[in-house]
Amino acid sequence: MHRAKRGITPNVTAVLTIAREHVDAMIAHAREDHPDEACGVIVGPEGADVPTRLVRMINAERSPTFFRFEPQEQFALYKEMSTTEEEIVVVYHSHTATQAYPSRTDISLASEPQAHYVIVSTAESGAADGQVSLRSFRIADGAVTEEEIDITE
Amino acid sequence: MSVEVRIPTVLRTFTGGEKAVHGSGATLHEVLDDIDARNPGLKERIVESQSLRRFVNVYVNDEDVRFAGGLNAPTSDGDVVVVLPAVAGG
Repeated sequence: MHRAKRGITPNVTAVLTIAREHVDAMIAHAREDHPDEACGVIVGPEGADVPTRLVRMINAERSPTFFRFEPQEQFALYKEMSTTEEEIVVVYHSHTATQAYPSRTDISLASEPQAHYVIVSTAESGAADGQVSLRSFRIADGAVTEEEIDITE
Repeated sequence: MSVEVRIPTVLRTFTGGEKAVHGSGATLHEVLDDIDARNPGLKERIVESQSLRRFVNVYVNDEDVRFAGGLNAPTSDGDVVVVLPAVAGG
């Protein structure tokens, strides 16, 4: 939707196409876990770049400033995806006091170069309904590239 | 003796794109040394100061090696090692 407006900007090919229900589910998760950071993934068929199945992950750190997938749960997801021939398409987490932009820690620890990194900020409205921001990025080799989000109904 | 080591996407630059490589050794450390000889730089992304990097999870036959001897975890023919970078951030 937003692509036409940004037709002359660099990196315009970068876009996350995602269903409305998944956007809503990420925001709902972020609100529920506020003020701690929420985290999870949306997986999809290998190589297709289509997020189809949202999986909430436990933030093992239970922290307002840090997240880490619980290792056993992450491994179980890995095993499951090996069987179903799926991969991580979206890694999402929330920022509960800062803007929806990758922190230095996010950049240094990013380890899924094929994934879209979605950040939801609940800094403005907390656990309540209200303004949230949700942005998507590619993070690879220490470089952050924001991308457009094309929401499908 | 051969142990299969599954390589995450982010480290496949060290393996020419291969999803798995094979090595030999009686411990995880020996296997990592062996595969590093053919894939230079790979071990350094997994090991730091003689122990596992904090944000890398390693499993031998589905068991997290942090609870199974760390780099000294025993390995034998037919074992499968999975290297899985932690998904984490701030």
